[in-house]
Amino acid sequence: MPINILMPALSPTMERGNLAKWLKKEGDAVKSGDVIAEIETDKATMEVEAVDDGTIAKILVPEGTHDVAVNDVIAVLAGEGEDVSSAAAGKPQPSSKPAAEPATSAAASAPPQSPAVSSVTSNGAPHAAPSAPAHGEGRVFASPLARRLAQQAGIDLGRINGSGPHGRVIARDVEQAQAGGALKTAPAAQPTLSAAPSLSDQQIRALFKDGSYDEQPHDSMRKIIAQRLVQAKQTIPHFYLTIECNLDRLLAAREQINAQAPKDKDGKPAYKLSVNDFVIKALALALQRVPDANVTWTEGALLKHRSSDVGVAVAIPGGLITPVVRDAHQKSLSAISHEMKDFAARARNRRLKPEEYQGGSTAVSNLGMYGIKEFAAVINPPQATILAVGAGEQRAVVIDGKIEIANMMTVTLSTDHRAVDGALGAELLSAFKLLIENPVMMVV
Amino acid sequence: MTDTSFDVIIIGSGPGGYVAAIRAAQLGLKTAIVEKSYLGGICLNWGCIPTKALLRSAEIFRAMQHAKDYGLGADNVRFDLKAVVARSRGVSKRLNDGVGFLMKKNKIMVIWGAASIDAPGEITVKAAKSEPPKGALREGRYRAKHIIIATGARPRVLPGLEPDGDRVWSYFEAMVPETLPKSLLVIGSGAIGIEFASFYRAMGSEVTVVEVLPQILPVEDAEIAALARKQLEKQGIKILTGAKVSKLDKKPGSVVATIDSGDGKQQTATFERVISAVGVVGNVEQLGLDKLGVEIQGGTIVADGVGRTNVPGIYAIGDVAGPPMLAHKAEHQGVICVEAIKGLHPHPLDKSLIPGCTYCHPQIASVGLTEAKAKEQGRDIKVGRFPFAGNGKAIALGEDQGLIKVIFDKATGRMLGAHMIGAEVTELIQGYVVAMNLETTEAELMHTVFPHPTLSEMMKEAVLDAYGQALNV
Repeated sequence: MPINILMPALSPTMERGNLAKWLKKEGDAVKSGDVIAEIETDKATMEVEAVDDGTIAKILVPEGTHDVAVNDVIAVLAGEGEDVSSAAAGKPQPSSKPAAEPATSAAASAPPQSPAVSSVTSNGAPHAAPSAPAHGEGRVFASPLARRLAQQAGIDLGRINGSGPHGRVIARDVEQAQAGGALKTAPAAQPTLSAAPSLSDQQIRALFKDGSYDEQPHDSMRKIIAQRLVQAKQTIPHFYLTIECNLDRLLAAREQINAQAPKDKDGKPAYKLSVNDFVIKALALALQRVPDANVTWTEGALLKHRSSDVGVAVAIPGGLITPVVRDAHQKSLSAISHEMKDFAARARNRRLKPEEYQGGSTAVSNLGMYGIKEFAAVINPPQATILAVGAGEQRAVVIDGKIEIANMMTVTLSTDHRAVDGALGAELLSAFKLLIENPVMMVV
Repeated sequence: MTDTSFDVIIIGSGPGGYVAAIRAAQLGLKTAIVEKSYLGGICLNWGCIPTKALLRSAEIFRAMQHAKDYGLGADNVRFDLKAVVARSRGVSKRLNDGVGFLMKKNKIMVIWGAASIDAPGEITVKAAKSEPPKGALREGRYRAKHIIIATGARPRVLPGLEPDGDRVWSYFEAMVPETLPKSLLVIGSGAIGIEFASFYRAMGSEVTVVEVLPQILPVEDAEIAALARKQLEKQGIKILTGAKVSKLDKKPGSVVATIDSGDGKQQTATFERVISAVGVVGNVEQLGLDKLGVEIQGGTIVADGVGRTNVPGIYAIGDVAGPPMLAHKAEHQGVICVEAIKGLHPHPLDKSLIPGCTYCHPQIASVGLTEAKAKEQGRDIKVGRFPFAGNGKAIALGEDQGLIKVIFDKATGRMLGAHMIGAEVTELIQGYVVAMNLETTEAELMHTVFPHPTLSEMMKEAVLDAYGQALNV
């Protein structure tokens, strides 16, 4: 029996991914455990390993295909002793979608000047009008009766909020929509790449001269960034609190700690703490001191977190990613420092696992190294706050009625007002300031 | 010192209560259940289950009497009533033990006694007359964040027709007869009345059923009820509808019943025994509900789709929370009530999708709207029917009497109701219940392959018939 190789789910929430690269080609022998392909998900690239021995009989989804649904057949493996050509010939149809799927999706991302392409499969056969939304838009789960009612009422199923099990659209939902109930503004079937702009892609292109630009298709990270930040800005009522912190004591402490770091035989110190490591730790401890701010908003309830899981924005080529330092309040500065170095290195290679960059209740975004004095960051759901950290620099400040030079850093806390009110956010920021200005308090 | 504080205390261990307790334990809630008489409640001990055991004896007895029809011989077919009753009690005992085992397995504390609620979160349990099972907690005060009332229902008592436990029976006595009454009057033709009528007639009693409404099995579709009446009358059951028993005059060893036949005429008849099966009423008393201000309407507690009463922390499920008073409704309510307590946002109960079954001979099963109700709602409908006489399996079984009837909304193909009479229909109905719950239309049912030869093929044929496409008629 030929074995189907399916598109794997790399995280519990993953529905689609891009087939970035095939590391084996048709006819190659593989052993269980061999890396055969690379899959690009939200923000990471993961390797797909063979789970059986055999020979790659047929590759069904070509390299570079976007939005391959989880569990679609991506290749067929001929078992040991099996005839490769017959295994390839007897290739099964991908379970959930027609074989021509990848081609259709490629067409969908092609310039819309040729919209006709999207209704024709790669082999030129006419594409039957799909009753379900097209590929890449996600299937709308609906009961048969709901489908019929929606069709009769002329309502797009994708715009109806489903109240059945797992969000399935049921008859009652259609009836409510028909009776004037709220519809989703954009068809749910199109997880927006970016805010539905008032201008179409075509209109935007028309504003620029042909040939005056290069076109770079969005990779999945770009799509996710766009989608999540639009969602964040549209759904989270942000407000901002700014405070200045005196870094004199922190810088002195940092210098002292780093100077005392034990060195290995090559003379390499065991740790080298950055200001950002102190910021992470201080924010984590501040959340423990103001636990009401260590929260996540859900429609049903406020999730009050016990541990301080702090995301840290890491810029990487083509985007950014926020790995989460878990239990940061319990970790030593050197442990945080090591973890961040490891995260940053793996983030650049897109080798972070989904569970390493999902969740968290707050985040730190530091642009101080670029000399940015202060800025406000966009909250990364499901977090309720994010701290934007500016550059530490010498400024003239008034101390005891005299102008003096001090190392100052401006930070701005963006806050989800649904979960954290103004005074509470201010309390969190004061707790942070106290710790950052008195780093010795972080030892307690 | 025994712990007397729980997350959830459930009052009553019937099918609603004990299932709620198990679900609560599964969800990690510290759970106790209060019971004063029998684990498993009426259903397991004095209702659904023991009557099914009695009716099974009747069914086999009937089959043996008809052995010849199948080319078999069975002479001198007879029964031992004591053994029939003993088997029924044995079945109940086994399930009653099973509930005790399930409580233990799920680490649910059983508190033995009669509970009353002192305040939200606090109950007092008083000692019960019955012997507590091993390991049960006794009388005392207990606390729980959530209290679920699942005290069920008991036979309705109408003035003049009060059961006396001797000649006038409620279902308790009817379930454990010592001798077979020669003549029996059944007052009420709901599921309970008709099942007892069917059992006693099968065993040889002369049975008369009196129903105050114009139709027996009043909640069923009129066409099905009429077919049932025809079959029951063919078996020798006398049925008076639109009639009322106005007086029971008790004589030694018999009862003289005065029956108003509705047209102003009165008749009297003598019966050895009378079964009063005029419905059930919720057990809302002695729980302290008045004091707490828990809203009660028409003798049952008012609760929302997940069992919440108007008093926070107090919930009601099952018969005590109103009709339909059916064990399977209670079980489902119990589960969603506990899930709501846990914050899982379950889907509220849809009362229009609760099937009902009557286990007389022939069996009756239904779900959803009757034809009359659908028309009453002003719906334009399509009705499909398929007779058992057109089904190969039914004929092979020697069960060619019966009908499956389905009702669709003409405009949308929504399945509104299904009604069945005939062999094994109580096991068939669930197919339609699943279909309706998933909101299938006629199209999906027509696209479903039904196994041959089965009685279930009639379910597809009935759907086809509604759209003029039936094959085997």
